[in-house]
This record gives sequence, C-alpha cells and structure tokens, in this order.
Amino acid sequence: MASSATVGDLVSQPYKYGFVTDIETEKIAKGLDEDVVRLISAKKMEPAFLLDFRLRSFRQWLQMEEPDWASLGHPPIDYQEMIYYAAPKQQEKKASLDEVDPKLLETFEKLGIPLSEQKRLSNVAVDAVFDSVSIATTYREKLAEHGVIFCSISEAVKDHADLIETYLGTVVPGNDNYFAALNSAVFSDGSFVFIPKGVACPMELSTYFRINSGDTGQFERTLIVAEEGASVSYLEGCTAPMFDTNQLHAAVVELVALDDASIKYSTVQNWYAGDENGKGGIYNFVTKRGQCRGDRSHISWTQVETGSAITWKYPSCVLQGADSVGEFYSVALTNHRQQADTGTKMIHVGPRTRSTIVSKGISAGHSSNSYRGLVQLGPKAVGARNYSQCDSMLIGDQAAANTYPYIRSQQPDASIEHEASTCRISADQLFYLQSRGIAFEEAVSMMVSGFCRDVFNQLPMEFAAEADKLLALKLEGSVG
Amino acid sequence: MIRPDAPVLLEIHDLQARVEDQPILKGVSLTVRAGEIHAVMGRNGSGKSTLSKVLAGHPAYTVTGGTVHYLGEDLLSLEPELRARAGLFLGFQYPVEIPGVSNLEFLRVATNARRAGKGEEELDTFAFEDLVRERLQVVQMDPAFLERSVNEGFSGGEKKRNEILQMALLDPLVAVLDETDSGLDIDALRIVAGGVNHLAGPDNATLLITHYQRLLDVITPDYVHVMAAGRILRTGGKELALELEERGYDWVDAELAALERTPAEVL
Ligand SMILES: Nc1ncnc2c1ncn2[C@@H]1O[C@H](COP(=O)(O)OP(=O)(O)OP(=O)(O)O)[C@@H](O)[C@H]1O
Ligand SMILES: [Mg+2]
Repeated sequence: MASSATVGDLVSQPYKYGFVTDIETEKIAKGLDEDVVRLISAKKMEPAFLLDFRLRSFRQWLQMEEPDWASLGHPPIDYQEMIYYAAPKQQEKKASLDEVDPKLLETFEKLGIPLSEQKRLSNVAVDAVFDSVSIATTYREKLAEHGVIFCSISEAVKDHADLIETYLGTVVPGNDNYFAALNSAVFSDGSFVFIPKGVACPMELSTYFRINSGDTGQFERTLIVAEEGASVSYLEGCTAPMFDTNQLHAAVVELVALDDASIKYSTVQNWYAGDENGKGGIYNFVTKRGQCRGDRSHISWTQVETGSAITWKYPSCVLQGADSVGEFYSVALTNHRQQADTGTKMIHVGPRTRSTIVSKGISAGHSSNSYRGLVQLGPKAVGARNYSQCDSMLIGDQAAANTYPYIRSQQPDASIEHEASTCRISADQLFYLQSRGIAFEEAVSMMVSGFCRDVFNQLPMEFAAEADKLLALKLEGSVG
Repeated sequence: MIRPDAPVLLEIHDLQARVEDQPILKGVSLTVRAGEIHAVMGRNGSGKSTLSKVLAGHPAYTVTGGTVHYLGEDLLSLEPELRARAGLFLGFQYPVEIPGVSNLEFLRVATNARRAGKGEEELDTFAFEDLVRERLQVVQMDPAFLERSVNEGFSGGEKKRNEILQMALLDPLVAVLDETDSGLDIDALRIVAGGVNHLAGPDNATLLITHYQRLLDVITPDYVHVMAAGRILRTGGKELALELEERGYDWVDAELAALERTPAEVL
C-alpha cells in the first residue's frame, strides 16, 4: 500500500533558527518602573528630549489597559517579570566589522546574513540587530556618498539628534496604544533611515532582527524618512531561538513620506512560533504606521508573516497628501497553535487618495488566522478610492480563518471595493498534481505559492524567491 | 492490436478496494499488453472511476485485496507521483481546478517529472515552450489556455482537451482515460479521438472508460470489458460494445444476480 501523507503531516516543519548564541550579555534587573526608563536612557546617553518622550510615554502606559479586542487568547503577560535591557557585551559599536565579536558575525552567517566585506550581499545594505542592539551596518560609506543615512537608531540619536527630534513619535505618538506606549518608554534600538530630497536610494536597505536572550522583552524602534522626491525600498527579517517560555516583542515602525516620495517596506517575519502544542514562541505586538505627508507620496507595506505564537499587527497608512497612495500586501501563514490577528488601516485624509489591500491568510493545524482591516474616508477625501481583496486558504479541517473588514466613509460617492474568498486545499487537487508526477510537498507548495503570488510579486526581487522558499519550508514535513 | 507475445504492461489480479467502510471493487482482474486498447464500460456507479483512481493511487481508496503489477513491479506500493513518473497516466472524469497554479508551469513541472522518470534531462523553459506549442496542435487547443490557472474556468470540453494535452506531453506507457469523451461536442470528440489514436503505439496501451459507442467508432478497441458492481462481468471484442448499445444493461442484472447466488468457492 502506498502510504500517502496527509496535508496535516506536511505543514509541520522543524524551526531552523532555534539555536542560542552563547555570548556574554549585559542585562539590567527585571521589572519596569520610572527608574528603569531613566536607566535605559542613561545607558544610551540620550539627550533630554528623548528621556522626556520616554517618561511621558511611560506615564501614559501606566494609565492604559492591554487591548483585548483582537481574536487572540493568551495568559496574562507579567510586565514585571521581564528584563527591559540586554546587550551583547562589546563596548562601543565598532568602526570596522573586523572588530565585531566573531561569535556575532558567526550567528548572522548561520542565519544566512553574512556581514563581512567579502561575503555580504552585493546590493543590499544590512543593519544587524542582536537582542535589540545594532551590532553592524554594512555599506554605510557608500550610502553616505548619496546623502543617505542608514544606521541604528541609537547612533542616530547621537549623530542626527535634530532629525530624530523632528520625526520620532510624530507618526505613532507615545500614547498611541498600549504596546506602542510601552515601546516608546523602553525601546532599545532599531534602524534609522533618512533619504534626502530627490535621492533614489542606490541599494536595498535591510535590517535583520535576531532575538537571543530568553527572558528579555524586545522593543525595537524603526524610523524611515523620505524627503521630497526620495525613494527607498527597505526589508526587515527576524528570527529567534526556541525557548519554551513566551517572549514579548513590541516594536514600533514609523514611516514619513514627503511630497512625491516613495517608501516600500517589506517584512519577512519568522520569529519562533512555539511548538506544535503551543508551548513557547514570540508574542508579536507591533505597531507599524506610515504617513503619506506629502502630495503624491506613496507608501507600500508588504509582509510575509510566518512566525510568532501571536501576531498582532496592522501596518497602516495615513494618506494625508493629495493623490497619495497606500498599499498593503500581506501573506500570513499560521500552523499548529499559532494565532494571527493582522491587517491594515488605510486612513484617507487628502483628496483623491488611493489605497490597495491584498491579504492572503493561510491557516493550517489548529491555528487561527484573522484579517482585520479598516478603510476610513474622511470629510476631505473627495474622490478617494480603495480596493481590498482578502483571501483565506485553509489546510486541513482544524484551522480557523476570519475576516473583519471595517469601512467608515464620509464620502457617499467614493469607490470602495471589497472582495473576499475562502478556499481549502483539497485532497483531490493534491492528488491531481501527484498523478502528474509532482511530489506531495511540491504540490502543496505550488498551490500555496500560487495563492500568494499577488503578494510575492511585490517583494524586492532578491527576496521573492526567499519568501517562496520560506513558505515551502514551513509547509514541508514528514511525507510517507 | 493484439499480439499474444507482446509484453504485459499492467496485470490486475483480484483487486478489491473500499472507500471508508464501503467495499466498491470486489475482485477485478485484467491483463493489458503493449499495443492493446481496452474499453471499460458499465452502468453508472459500477466502479469504473474507482478502478482508475485505485490504479493511480488516490488516498481515499483503501486496497483490501488483490495485486497490481505494472511493468512487473508492485504498483500499489508506489506513491502516486512515482506511478506517474513511471508512465501510468490517468485522464480524469472530472479534472479539478487549481486556482493560482499556472497551467504552463504545471505542465512543465509534470513533463519534467515524467522525463526524469524516463532518465531524460529536464527541459528548460524555452525548450518546453516549443514542445508544448507543438503538442497543443494535437488537441487543437488555443495557446491562451497555457496562461490560465490549471483548469480554472475551463469549460467541460476544454478540461478534457487539457487532459489529452497532458497525455501528449507525458508520453505514457499505460493511459487510463476516464470518460474523456463525455461532454465533448462532435468536433472535439474527433480531435480527442484523433489525439488518442495519434499517441497509441505498439509499445503502449490505452484503457478507455466510456459509455458511448461513438468513441469506439473512432478508436477501435481490442477488448471490451463490462463492469458491474465492482467486478468485470464480461469481456469480449469490439462486438460486445455494439451488443450493449443495442440491448442495454438489463441482461447484466440477470447475470449479476446469478453470480450473487453462486457460492464464493465456486468463483
Ligand atoms: N469517495 C467516495 N465516497 C463514497 N462513495 C464513493 C466514493 N467514490 C466512489 N463511491 C461509490 O462507489 C461506486 C462506484 O463509483 P465510480 O465513480 O467508480 O462509478 P463509475 O463506474 O465511474 O460511474 P460513472 O459511470 O457514473 O462515472 C458508486 O456507488 C459511488 O457512489
Ligand atoms: Mg466514473
């Protein structure tokens, strides 16, 4: 008898990035109060305005409550049981990569992100963030020749304080929501990108986030500013070791696009998702928002979310400038006991603003995958348009998919289109492909990548194949 | 063409299979030699499609008894994809739609899988395009169908042509065509039959599952088998199909009833 695997067997794939790097880390005591916020700021030798921002956010956070409206369930998070600052023990950020702790370089090499001069990716500049501290940024000089600033946010606070003061917290205010407020109080590091007027960034920019510590909360902050007529494509990748406790990751990303500027922000999220019984994994509560401040500006979010025990994430666009464009392309894959509540908000403020939403949810195992999206057209958004498409794919019969589209329009004549579909990978479809000589795993991956094509087409070329592979890996398993 | 000395490609012996708890195939035996065309007929629900899917390895069917040898090897121990790579082809009665998977890409991957099975090298995109364009002519299909998702939105007849296109690309040794003629208009029937005749040769064999004499007018079978209640009740030459056309299946019931009364050990 031929023993054919069930689709259920197939979607179980061991996590390949689960190792821990044994490196000396400087950590502060666990728990959170005003002194901890001050301590973090002091360790980073921050200017007064930033400490101020942190303290204001912290006080507001104390007044707020953890949101509970998402279709997510998890035991209460004890915010006093967490460590809010950890950094690999290497004194200053090194001027030359040769001085970076070889263990760190090795870690990134193992993750497929070589940082050394000889091996680095040829057309991608990388900021490598290890436990919320930036350890190296490649191609800085080359970028500087074009006036592009690409460095860690801590360095930017020192070297470009005026830009940070001008833009930080202007898209996602310190009291925006519970997790953003927490981030604003204790954020450790992240990336800063500044593209000056009229410059098209000459290479892809990328930040790779690596969590290493088991008991540390991760609070990165990323800020990208594109001045008039500037453009940039930025990619974020993330992995974490396997621990059987849950770790909190609450990041904030702010994007600002001035007149005619364009920012393309792509994420390939592969945090540890927990085991098949739902033990361990990252709680990913992330606030990402872009502001199309200028006329004809353009912000595009593309995300491939495959990891984390919990994903709570709604990359949004505030379309302020006239004729500005917002886009959201998303693939969210959940398996085992993973839960994702993700989507976007398109806030149309200016006239003739346009937005496109394409969301593809894939649920396997006992997972739950919800799309939650808001399209809002304000009183001045005359002639605004939105197109939304939300498709769900179910693998097996234990997984759940939900779609929650919210539309609030003050424009009676606006064109708002919403399409939704749900499909299931059927045994007959798989058998059809198999009966043509295509192996079971390849058959699943053909169907899944077909389903996701509209989104993968939006990824920067270098990473589209990567994303395809990642999904295939996530879905690969023990056949036979 | 019957040649008693031709090699046996497929040897089905007393094959029994069930779906869930329901027995469907109750002992099918059939020998197929190179060069032969077999027609399998029988009432709706008699088990023809089940036989074809069991041969191809559909996971919903459990084999409960009997053996199948393909090219001398135990077919039933092979994964479906390995059966296909070894040259067993099933043209489906109801080809499924696979949204999002491009027909061209699907055909290329399938063709290369079969080529690997024959020990031939993979065709690159360009070489494959040439091949597929040539084979499209066998079934007189518009190249536009290559750009669409597999069978998605295809009409019934277009799906069947797509099956024959696949057969033309995969170069099977044994092709099982499950009602490939159903739902075809007269022209399409001729094209599909022409395709089958074109591809049938002395080294391969075809098993045609059909309800209609009109297909057998254009593809002459060497054997006609009549299935009833999960068995092959009778086997004959092409005249048997004509007889069925004339007399219908009522006589089958009588024979079947007689068979049911016969103690099992006599069979
Ligand atoms: N997956 C299944 N689940 C339940 N019953 C099934 C299944 N597949 C086949 N059967 C049953 O087995 C019997 C044989 O079906 P099969 O499709 O093989 O018939 P057929 O001879 O091909 O009929 P037709 O001429 O209508 O195509 C039918 O009674 C059918 O209902
Ligand atoms: Mg049938």
